[in-house]
Amino acid sequence: MAGRVLVGVKRVIDYAVKIRVKPDKTGVVTDGVKHSMNPFCEIAVEEAVRLREKKLMKEVIAVSCGPQQCQETIRTALAMGADRGIHVEVSGKDYENLGPLQVSKIMAALAKKEEASLVIVGKQAIDGDCNQTGQMTAALLDWPQGTFASEVSVDGDGLKVEREIDGGLESVRIKMPAVVTADLRLNEPRYATLPNIMKAKKKKIASVKPADLGVELTSRLEILAVEDPPQRQSGVKVESVQDLVTKLRDSGTL
Amino acid sequence: MAFAGKLFTRASLGSYICRTRGLTANRVHRRHVVSCIDPSLGLTDEQKEFQKVAFDFAANEMAPHMAEWDEKEMFPVDTMRKAAQLGFGGIYVQPETGGSGLSRLDTSIIFEALSTGCVSTTAYISIHNMCAWMIDTFGSEEQRHRYCPQLCSMEKFASYCLTEPGSGSDAASLLTTAKRDGDHYVLNGSKAFISGAGDTDVYVVMCRTGEKGAKGISCLVVEKGTPGLGFGKKERKVGWNSQPTRAVIFEDCAVPVANRLGEEGQGFTIAMKGLNGGRINIASCSLGAAHASVLLARDHLKVRKQFGEPLSNSQFLQFKLAEMATRLVASRLMVRQAALALQEERQDAVTLCSMAKLFATDECFAICNQSLQMHGGYGYLKDYAVQQFVRDIRVHQILEGTNEVMRMIVSRNLLQE
Repeated sequence: MAGRVLVGVKRVIDYAVKIRVKPDKTGVVTDGVKHSMNPFCEIAVEEAVRLREKKLMKEVIAVSCGPQQCQETIRTALAMGADRGIHVEVSGKDYENLGPLQVSKIMAALAKKEEASLVIVGKQAIDGDCNQTGQMTAALLDWPQGTFASEVSVDGDGLKVEREIDGGLESVRIKMPAVVTADLRLNEPRYATLPNIMKAKKKKIASVKPADLGVELTSRLEILAVEDPPQRQSGVKVESVQDLVTKLRDSGTL
Repeated sequence: MAFAGKLFTRASLGSYICRTRGLTANRVHRRHVVSCIDPSLGLTDEQKEFQKVAFDFAANEMAPHMAEWDEKEMFPVDTMRKAAQLGFGGIYVQPETGGSGLSRLDTSIIFEALSTGCVSTTAYISIHNMCAWMIDTFGSEEQRHRYCPQLCSMEKFASYCLTEPGSGSDAASLLTTAKRDGDHYVLNGSKAFISGAGDTDVYVVMCRTGEKGAKGISCLVVEKGTPGLGFGKKERKVGWNSQPTRAVIFEDCAVPVANRLGEEGQGFTIAMKGLNGGRINIASCSLGAAHASVLLARDHLKVRKQFGEPLSNSQFLQFKLAEMATRLVASRLMVRQAALALQEERQDAVTLCSMAKLFATDECFAICNQSLQMHGGYGYLKDYAVQQFVRDIRVHQILEGTNEVMRMIVSRNLLQE
C-alpha cells in the first residue's frame, strides 16, 4: 500500500514580523524581511513524515515554487524528515503573479510525474489566505479531497479524514490517490533535531522549470492596489441604554 | 538510546493565534527580527537552521517558564531533557558517543539563541556540555562509552568541580587530595559554588594526586551515590536560580582509578581546555541576554510616552539604543571569532577566548543594565523580564575565570614576546 506523498511548502513572511505596505501600494515589503515556512505547511510536512514513520507511505517529497530562496524552505522540510525536495523555479514577474491556480497546475503535474498517492498541503498560506490550492489541485487531478483535516488515518485503500467545518466535525472517507489540506489541530510539528538538520544537507533537491512540466503561468488576476486596513475609529461612551438605542437608530444600524 | 521519551513536539502554533494568546505587553515575543542586530547575518544555511531550532525551542519551551523557574528555584529537568532530544545535550561531543558533533561556532550560535529563553538554564546546559566534552576528549574508549551517551541524552547530568573555598582565581593551588590506595583514589576536601551539585549525577573533579601546583592535579569522574560524597546547603543567589549551587564535600571518598581522565598530572590542562570552550559558551549566553534586552528596550521606547511623545523620539535614548546595538554586534563578532579560532586550533585561540569572554560579558551586562534603565521603574519589577536578564548574566563576569583573570591571560600573552 505504501505510496509517495507530495507535500507543498510555501515560503512566506514570518508570522511574527510586522507587515508594511509598499509606498506604491503594489504589495507588501518583502526585501530584507524575515521569511519562513508557512505554519500550515509545517503541519502538512509533519503529517506526511508521521505517515511514513508509520510505514503507511514510503517516501515524502517536499515541493516549493518560487525563486532561489525557496530552497531554504525545502531544507527545513528535509530537516523535519522529508526524503527529497523539488524546487520549481519561478522568479520575477511570474513569481509576483503566482497564485493558487498556477501552483495547483504545477502540483497536479508533479503528482502525476512522481506517481504520488497523496498530496498534502496546508489549508491556506498566511500571506494570501486564499485557501484554494488544495482544492484546485484535486479538481485538476480529478482526485477526491479531504480539506481542513484535523485527523487523517489510512482506511484500507483509502483515507478517513476528520474535517473541521463550521458546524463541527465531519468524517469523510476518500479513496486514494487523494488531496488533503492540513488544518491547525492536525498535529504539532516537531522541532528539527541537530542530527536531522545535518542529514538534510545530503538529501537531494531537484530543480525543475514550470515549462518542463507543461505548465503555463499566465495569471488571469491583476492586483489593482494593496492598502492598509482603515485606522480603527475611536468609539463613543453613552450614558444610558436609551442613548445607545437612539444612537444605533440614528446610524441606521437598527 | 537508553533514555526513552515520547517523540517531542512543539507547542501548537498558528500565525495570528500565537501573537494574541498568552503574550503580555512586557514579555516581548523574542522572535522579532531587527535587521542590524539580526544574529543570523553571515551564517551558513545549516547554521541558520540550527539557530532557528534553538530560537523556537527558547521561545516555546523556556521563555514562558523563565520567571517561574527563577522565583521557585526549579531545576527544569524535563525541559532540559527535551532539549537533549534535539541534540543539545552534547553539541560538540562526537556522534559515535551520542553527541551532535558540531563545531564551536555552531555551539556558540545555539547557546546564544537558547539564552533568549532562559539564561540560567542555558548556562547550566553549557556546563553540562563542557563536562561531556571533557570526558569525550580525554577519556579512554571505555570511559567515553560509559558516560557520554547518557550525558548527551541527559539521562544523567554533570557538574564541573574545580573551585574550592580557598582557591578560585588561584585554581592551581587547590587542596582537595586524592591519595592512591590500590585500585582506588581516596578523596578528601571540598569544592565550592558547584553548579548543579546535589542534583547532578556525574562530577568531573580536579584534585591533587601529586606535587604542589598545576602539575600535581588530576581529573577524576565521581558518581553520585559514592560513599563519602556529600553536599552543602543550596546557596541562595542573585540569579542563576534555575540551577542549584552547592558545595561538594569529599570525606574519605573512594573513587576507582578507572575513573581518572587522562594521566596523573594532566588534570589542570584538561580543566583549562574545558574552560576555553566554556568561556565561549558563557559569553554566548551573555549575547543572547543582551539581544533579548535590546529588543525589549526598543519595544518599550516605542510604547512608553512621556512629555507627549513616545520615548523613541528622544535623541538621547535613540543614541543610547544605537550604542547598545553596536556593542552587542561587536561582542558577537569577538565571540564568534574566538569560536572559530578554537575549532581551528589556532595559536591565538586561548587568548582570543579570554578576550571574548572578558569583552562580551562586560559589554552585555552594560547593555542589559541600560535596557533596565530605559524601562524606568517598570524595569525594576519582576513582572518584566529585563531584570532577570541583568541578574542572570551578572555572574558571567565572575565565573569560568573572572574577567580579572582574563586580563592576566591576555597581558601574559602580550608580555611574553
